[in-house]
Amino acid sequence: MARAVTNQRKALNTVIAWSIGFLIFFPILWTILTSFKTEADAIANPPIFLGFDWTLENYAEVMDRSNYARFLSNSILIAGGSTILGIIIAIPAAWSMAFVPSRRTKDILLWMLSTKMLPAVGVLYPIYLLCIQLGVLDNRFALVVILMLINLPIIVWMLYTYFREIPGEILEASRMDGASLKEEILYVLTPMAVPGIASTLLLNFILAWNEAFWTLNLTSVDAAPLTAFIASYSSPEGLFFAKLSAASTMAIAPILILGWFSQKQLVRGLTFGAVK
Amino acid sequence: MKMVSRALMGATALCAISGMALADGHATTITIATVNNGDMIRMQGYTDQFTEDTGISVEWVTLEENVLRQRVTTDITTNGGQFDIMTIGMYETPIWGANGWLVPLDGLSEEYNVDDILPAMAGGLSHDGTLYAAPFYGESSMVMYRTDLMEAAGLEMPDAPTWEFIAEAAAAMTDRENDVNGICLRGKPGWGEGGAFITAMSNSFGARWFDEDWNAQFDTEEWANTLNFYNDMMQASGPAGFATNGFTENLNLFNQGLCGMWIDATVAASFVTNPDDSEYADSVGFALAPDNGLGRRSNWLWAWALAIPAGTQQEEAAMTFLEWATSTDYIEMVAANEGWANVPPGARISLYENPDYQAVPFAQMTLDSILSADPNNPTVDPVPYVGVQFAAIPEFAGIATEVSQEFSAAYAGQQTIEEALATAQAITNEAMEAAGYR
Amino acid sequence: MATQSSRSAARIMMAPAVFLLLVWMLVPLGMTLWFSVRSYLPLRGGDQGFVGLENFSRFISSSAFWPAVQTTLFIVGGVLVISIVFGIMLALLLDQPLWGQGVVRILVIAPFFVMPTVSALVWKNMFMDPVNGVFAHLWRFFGGDPVVWLTEVPVFSIVMIVSWQWLPFATLILLTAIQSLDSEQLEAAEMDGAKWTSRFAYIILPHLGRAITIVILIQTIFLLAVFAEIFVTTGGAFGTRTLTYLIYQRVLESQNVGLGSAGGVYAIILANIVAIFLMRIVGKNLDK
Repeated sequence: MARAVTNQRKALNTVIAWSIGFLIFFPILWTILTSFKTEADAIANPPIFLGFDWTLENYAEVMDRSNYARFLSNSILIAGGSTILGIIIAIPAAWSMAFVPSRRTKDILLWMLSTKMLPAVGVLYPIYLLCIQLGVLDNRFALVVILMLINLPIIVWMLYTYFREIPGEILEASRMDGASLKEEILYVLTPMAVPGIASTLLLNFILAWNEAFWTLNLTSVDAAPLTAFIASYSSPEGLFFAKLSAASTMAIAPILILGWFSQKQLVRGLTFGAVK
Repeated sequence: MKMVSRALMGATALCAISGMALADGHATTITIATVNNGDMIRMQGYTDQFTEDTGISVEWVTLEENVLRQRVTTDITTNGGQFDIMTIGMYETPIWGANGWLVPLDGLSEEYNVDDILPAMAGGLSHDGTLYAAPFYGESSMVMYRTDLMEAAGLEMPDAPTWEFIAEAAAAMTDRENDVNGICLRGKPGWGEGGAFITAMSNSFGARWFDEDWNAQFDTEEWANTLNFYNDMMQASGPAGFATNGFTENLNLFNQGLCGMWIDATVAASFVTNPDDSEYADSVGFALAPDNGLGRRSNWLWAWALAIPAGTQQEEAAMTFLEWATSTDYIEMVAANEGWANVPPGARISLYENPDYQAVPFAQMTLDSILSADPNNPTVDPVPYVGVQFAAIPEFAGIATEVSQEFSAAYAGQQTIEEALATAQAITNEAMEAAGYR
Repeated sequence: MATQSSRSAARIMMAPAVFLLLVWMLVPLGMTLWFSVRSYLPLRGGDQGFVGLENFSRFISSSAFWPAVQTTLFIVGGVLVISIVFGIMLALLLDQPLWGQGVVRILVIAPFFVMPTVSALVWKNMFMDPVNGVFAHLWRFFGGDPVVWLTEVPVFSIVMIVSWQWLPFATLILLTAIQSLDSEQLEAAEMDGAKWTSRFAYIILPHLGRAITIVILIQTIFLLAVFAEIFVTTGGAFGTRTLTYLIYQRVLESQNVGLGSAGGVYAIILANIVAIFLMRIVGKNLDK
């Protein structure tokens, strides 16, 4: 009896959850579907859901017009590079905040977050001039550094909350065994924090991938990532929904796939120390 | 973790490949920033041809209009040197030319035949008589209408209609039952969108942006008449949500058969007569933009042009490309491959003298529209500025965008026309005072 | 517990991160302050000299300033409320036993991976368009008059687009928090005959306190900077101009860097007021 009720309830939950999931996902699904339509079908009235002539011509045209491989590799390099560089710098900082806290630790953390509050567009000209001076316009490494700095506060904070959940006794035990500070971080602490570090990596990779102000304004050819790729397909004169959908699908597909494969990791790690 | 490291390895490999492809290229490479309109995309497609002919490689930075403007303006004003050629319009060219930021185009070759450029275009792309950008294509605006709907309404479109007739025809063609709107016009905020349309329209109502002492003129009756006429007509015969419609939205509506008339850029003609894009392609007619008998029509003048920033390392190669892309040879090459209807219009006199091109249905009306716009003398009353749908001063883009936002808010019913005009007047005078004009 | 040596080691290890962020904060901040007292007009040839506090008074006395502050707060607040309320509901739902939980979770978090520009373009053109949008077709299907989203309810439309992007983030964090809830405690409460509402109010909600704090904090930082969604949809018209957007207009559309920089200073002040306000209300949740 009880079993049947549970199953009934489970079925109800399933229906509701799937419907909501479908609704939330629908805009993305619609974009993907539109990318396989002709421009005329894309604005058909009433809209056609599945029964249109599926075509790959939009993808062919986008591939023909743009050097997708270069945009993609730049996106991966800039997002990946900035995230990894950020983690390397953030681990020691987060370690010291978590295990040798002082009265000012919380203030420093909040100050770090507050550096994200300066509106980017306000400093476009200064930063642009600075980049000219340093000769780093359209330079991948410069973008890696800038995006790293933008996301560093979040990285430090996430790592800090993970490290704080690691019991101090383990570290003390390793110290008793004569481990140096470096060994302690490398061989004891880091392995224990792997889930946390992994989800920090993922979240910041996503944030860096989607950053569209600096990546668009400081690049032209060599360092231009997928955000610039999208800007060449939005709102031209003429019909563009289908081509824009194809370009959008190509821009979000890599990150979507990465996200799907790693979503368990992301869910496990996205706690910000909220779970105790 | 594994995923990430594998992805990174993949990225490194990809970079290595693309790096090699670059290193393998030609000795000279120029970088061109351009807008993502159809004619430029087509030009991009002929890059290989150009590289083959000249040995110069081309890197394209193709961006949508707003982003492009932001990008090239930042670069030119800071002397960033990111581009060897920039695609700019009639608004930017005289301002940048005056600042000495562009290479003057006074050394063009004999074969290029600079005198073949339409005088209206050359005039708008010059400062103090020196040409600073070569027009790739030029446009004005005109009425496009559905001949079948016009006939059904029992009316006949004159070649040079008045606003009175347009409003009457719009009301007659409107069929709310079948979602047919008599008229579709731009209302979208932005100086290059709804702002351009209403400014060009206001010229035919005798209005102007500034008097000769740079005082804003939005408190005049002419502006009130313009906005009220526009708004009344659009409320009665326009599509829902016209306050957010720009060129693209209206093109979609027209091609779907939801508009009786559409007044917009002449380049739209090749889209609305293309059977691949529209099932109504066979029943489209053209007419001059309307007037009110005051001696000025409501059409604008615009050119997308190629300019070379002063200080580029590749001036010679850039000049070679500029001449190639805006030459008559280029036009003939496109015509040979894709037909005369697809060549970049509005730049060359010789194009309109070509009998093959005269056979294109919208050719003559495009030329007549371009010829009837005069950027040096755009309004009924005299003005201190140059430009039909804009005033070629650095402050204009910012002011006009804010003003057009006020207008759009009025179209959307968030405020009255009077309130919008009062705010526009205040914004403009405030900005002009800050800039030291008044 | 910490020895003197580990204390100094800690300082050294914190140094790179603190130093880099200090530079990253001070250089742009310094430049913003410098430009804010100068008349810097790129299209008129650049720096025109010192103008004192003129930019500050001009920026704040502009008729656009206070509405922009209001809009900013409205958008931030609206998105926070929507993403937290719906986030809690979704998290509770996803925590229930159901078939295909993994797939549903994927569907729900997917919007977080979409670039803001792309999502704004998709929403504007394919959903909110009053003639061709999916919503318009739905409305007509049910016999209604299509809503002209971007002019009739402009701010709400933007809140909706931004919420769609941030709801997954809130849901994820709240879900992890709910999953860590001691289920025995809940069952015991159920045995005792506690109603669903009181179980939610007295057990679940307090447990989520810290997670909610974190959602508010992180999202606020990103929401104050919302830009692409406005740029693509309304261009700042119809009362959707936020402070960030106003600064954009001053810097790039009006090409007045000095005025925009003054706006940047105001934006920092506003962000800090919001931050202090938030700390007062929710900050104590962070201490534990």
